[in-house]
Amino acid sequence: MGRNGSLEAPGTRASTMLGTSKDSGYGIVTREDFSDVTFLLEIRHPLMAQAAQPGQFVIVMSHAEGERIPLTIADFDRGKGTITLVIQAVGKTTREMQQLCRIGTSLFALVGPMGVPSHVGGARKVTCVGGGLGVAPVFPQARAFKEAGAYVIGIIGFRTRALVFWEDKFRSCCDELIVCTDDGSMGVKGPVTEGIKRAIAAHPDIGEVVAIGPPLMMKACAEATRPHKINTMVSLNPVMVDGTGMCGGCRVRVGGQIKFACVDGPDFDGHQVDFEDLTTRLRRFATEEKSALDRWSESCRMTTPPEEAGGG
Amino acid sequence: MAKKRTIRTIPQERTRPHEQDPVERAKNFSEVTCVFSIEDAVRESERCLFCPDPKCVEGCPVGIDIPGFIRKIGEKDFRGAYDVITDANLLASVCGRVCPQETQCEGPCPVGENLEPVAIGRLERFVGDMAIQERWTNIPYVEPNRYRVGIIGSGPAGMACAADMAKAGCEVTVFEAFHVPGGVLRYGIPDFRLPNEVIDAEIDNLRALGVRFECNTLVGRLFTIEQMIGEMGFDAVFVGTGAGYPRFMGIPGDSLNNVLSANELLTRCNMMRARDSSHDTPLPLGRRVAVIGAGNTAMDAMRVCMRLGSEHVYCIYRRTKAESPARVEEVHHAEEEGIEFHWLTNPIEILGDAEGNVRGMRCIRMELGEPDESGRRGPVPVAGSEFEFEADTVVIAIGTHANPIIGQTAKLKLSSRGYIEVDENLATSMAGVFAGGDIVTGAATVIEAMGAGRKAARGMKAWLGIRDTDTVYQPEPVGGEATILGIGIAEKNFVRVHLG
Ligand SMILES: Cc1cc2nc3c(=O)[nH]c(=O)nc-3n(C[C@H](O)[C@H](O)[C@H](O)COP(=O)(O)OP(=O)(O)OC[C@H]3O[C@@H](n4cnc5c(N)ncnc54)[C@H](O)[C@@H]3O)c2cc1C
Ligand SMILES: Cc1cc2nc3c(=O)[nH]c(=O)nc-3n(C[C@H](O)[C@H](O)[C@H](O)COP(=O)(O)OP(=O)(O)OC[C@H]3O[C@@H](n4cnc5c(N)ncnc54)[C@H](O)[C@@H]3O)c2cc1C
Ligand code: SF4
Ligand code: SF4
Ligand code: FES
Repeated sequence: MGRNGSLEAPGTRASTMLGTSKDSGYGIVTREDFSDVTFLLEIRHPLMAQAAQPGQFVIVMSHAEGERIPLTIADFDRGKGTITLVIQAVGKTTREMQQLCRIGTSLFALVGPMGVPSHVGGARKVTCVGGGLGVAPVFPQARAFKEAGAYVIGIIGFRTRALVFWEDKFRSCCDELIVCTDDGSMGVKGPVTEGIKRAIAAHPDIGEVVAIGPPLMMKACAEATRPHKINTMVSLNPVMVDGTGMCGGCRVRVGGQIKFACVDGPDFDGHQVDFEDLTTRLRRFATEEKSALDRWSESCRMTTPPEEAGGG
Repeated sequence: MAKKRTIRTIPQERTRPHEQDPVERAKNFSEVTCVFSIEDAVRESERCLFCPDPKCVEGCPVGIDIPGFIRKIGEKDFRGAYDVITDANLLASVCGRVCPQETQCEGPCPVGENLEPVAIGRLERFVGDMAIQERWTNIPYVEPNRYRVGIIGSGPAGMACAADMAKAGCEVTVFEAFHVPGGVLRYGIPDFRLPNEVIDAEIDNLRALGVRFECNTLVGRLFTIEQMIGEMGFDAVFVGTGAGYPRFMGIPGDSLNNVLSANELLTRCNMMRARDSSHDTPLPLGRRVAVIGAGNTAMDAMRVCMRLGSEHVYCIYRRTKAESPARVEEVHHAEEEGIEFHWLTNPIEILGDAEGNVRGMRCIRMELGEPDESGRRGPVPVAGSEFEFEADTVVIAIGTHANPIIGQTAKLKLSSRGYIEVDENLATSMAGVFAGGDIVTGAATVIEAMGAGRKAARGMKAWLGIRDTDTVYQPEPVGGEATILGIGIAEKNFVRVHLG
């Protein structure tokens, strides 16, 4: 088969440049919109669905000229052969994906699962904390802990009730679930650290905390557990290019040492992470990101009318 | 044979290829050095003495019959020259461009004792480029033998191993983590030294041999080597995943913004095409860029910065020019293009501003100390010679460590530094798994990686019990007409071979 497969030789030159041809991309089978900025894509990739472990991520290129962006594997279905990504439209690439990624279209490149799988250890009682978009990536860990027989306390935090998603999924794998909203429109009013305080007060025997979300939130969680000496894992999200340990763009400081989040992480001991360094480095491309978004929005505005006329 | 050549009778001057003007080329990504014309090549071939005991062949890591192919050039039998080269090296166009000839084949050439040595690399490139132009491919008749071989990594080591195993009749699949194949040739070495079309052509040759490329495949994580040998049914596996985990300095300021590895800079520019406004990947560079290191990677990074519009590009290196590990030609080209070299200078701190961005560097001058046991004079700091200068981007090109992914995911025996351990046939500690290239030796050269890929292929064939039969080449129609209609000989040839 391999040999005959290459009989499509004409055009190889073009397809080498692109790596894979357009139609052999990675098909999107489900899309769900949680809010006007957050959406879910379920993508067919049977091999990856087999291999994926909690805590791992993929790198996506939505089209041949696109950027390589890392996204956490928020769920995987080994039977169906799919993986799920939950994406927040924050800049050019993610907004463009929000516009273009529909059921039946495909991604140009999808590679992974990357990163060291989370250590789902022997802790008998764990707390899985997700803030905002971080709710999605923490889900596979909560489920894995549950499957490993742990008592799982879920804490999910959102700005407001309208942004809440996956509450049902968490209920199905958590023994307790605390929902926090900044404005108190649902559950506990306040940040997720409020939920952590309550959980620790009720369960002094929590063995491990996993916290995923914006750097400031993860930092706050690590500070909340530090006095209690509870092992706290966080998942870091520096800017990445290859995701294979080759560029060093994703380097972070942990315990005074340089680590590459893509191959040494992305999970690290929250009490050792230098969050200030992480937030500084996340601002690296601020100017370029803004101008890319402006250019793109500008060009969208220009092309919207004909598209609407054509597609309805 | 005509009268015997001597050092006195050969053309004294080494033939110079045309080069783009330094001022012009420092603004574009077109190739710096043009290929020899036929006249140039034939003239340069006349400088070879056809030594009975050719030292050049010993200097070439894959032992190309150099006087053999040069003789063919002299006879204007360019196709014959190509056949001689491809017996040992399938990447003629690549190696002719990027080999450090001065330390490999051209270094020991006796012509170099009095004059400049024969321009072996340029001649090899001439032949390789002509082969691409004319779409010559040496596709042998091969009986499929039903063995399945998996290759991890599509750099020169993987490509060479893939070619040899395909020629032996195996079904070969190359797995590559990136979305495009080629390894360092693709993401590291810039277009002005090695255009993408050359890499594409070499990869097309492999496809024509029946090799399959599976990009976007991170072996170790998507599936393991154990799974390849087990459930996936591969009879043998070659690991050619390169070195590539960049080192940082370990000095204050290392993680400031706008401090980046040369690998990151080059990947953004070469593979992700950040310099092209139709592509999304950003690559902000400042007006004053300091590059630390003086190897090939550093030279490439500096010359890319010049082309992307930086006003000052400084090279900071703690030894002297003589110790620079880069190809001589690259240092020379970099000097011509206006790179400012600071030899015997060691960085001690990268200075940042309040926002966490680079604003400058503090360095110290060095001098060469007493020779050590190996006779090499190491650099030692000159007391009180610290100085600061302004820079807004710092690029680190001081070498790499072994990539950890295969080590993390397979039970292969590793050295203390994380490289894969192999025996003299390049077999690893796992039965049926071979390894070669940078992941075994640490950062080396393209041709050494290729040589390792071929050596591993020999080991693999012996292990699988495949006998090396003489390769039979498919005859091709002569003359150039086959390319005129836009139908490549390669494709036609391929179909004939495998349907026949
Ligand atoms: C391991 C990891 C897992 C992630 N998982 C998710 C996820 O599940 N869902 C999700 O929505 N987002 C996730 N992110 C963040 C996501 O990669 C960025 O939001 C995305 O790259 C932004 O691209 P953009 O062009 O839309 O926005 P831009 O305007 O380019 O950037 C917006 C912000 O995103 C960050 N960013 C930009 N480029 C990159 C890059 N190449 N790599 C990493 N961060 C970048 C920067 O902090 C930047 O300020 C993850 C990041 C990492 C490192
Ligand atoms: C900027 C630069 C300039 C250079 N210039 C020269 C020069 O002028 N002359 C010269 O002779 N040498 C030069 N070199 C060195 C030379 O390129 C390398 O020695 C050579 O490429 C090593 O070949 P390799 O096949 O071992 O690995 P690589 O070329 O590094 O290829 C390894 C490939 O494996 C892939 N990979 C890694 N891990 C996995 C995995 N788990 N699954 C799937 N794929 C994986 C990588 O993505 C990569 O494509 C240069 C190197 C650099 C970085
Ligand atoms: S492969 Fe490299 S070392 Fe060997 S002859 Fe060619 S240029 Fe010289
Ligand atoms: S050593 Fe020099 S002169 Fe002798 S055969 Fe080789 S290239 Fe020719
Ligand atoms: S993303 Fe390049 S090293 Fe981690």
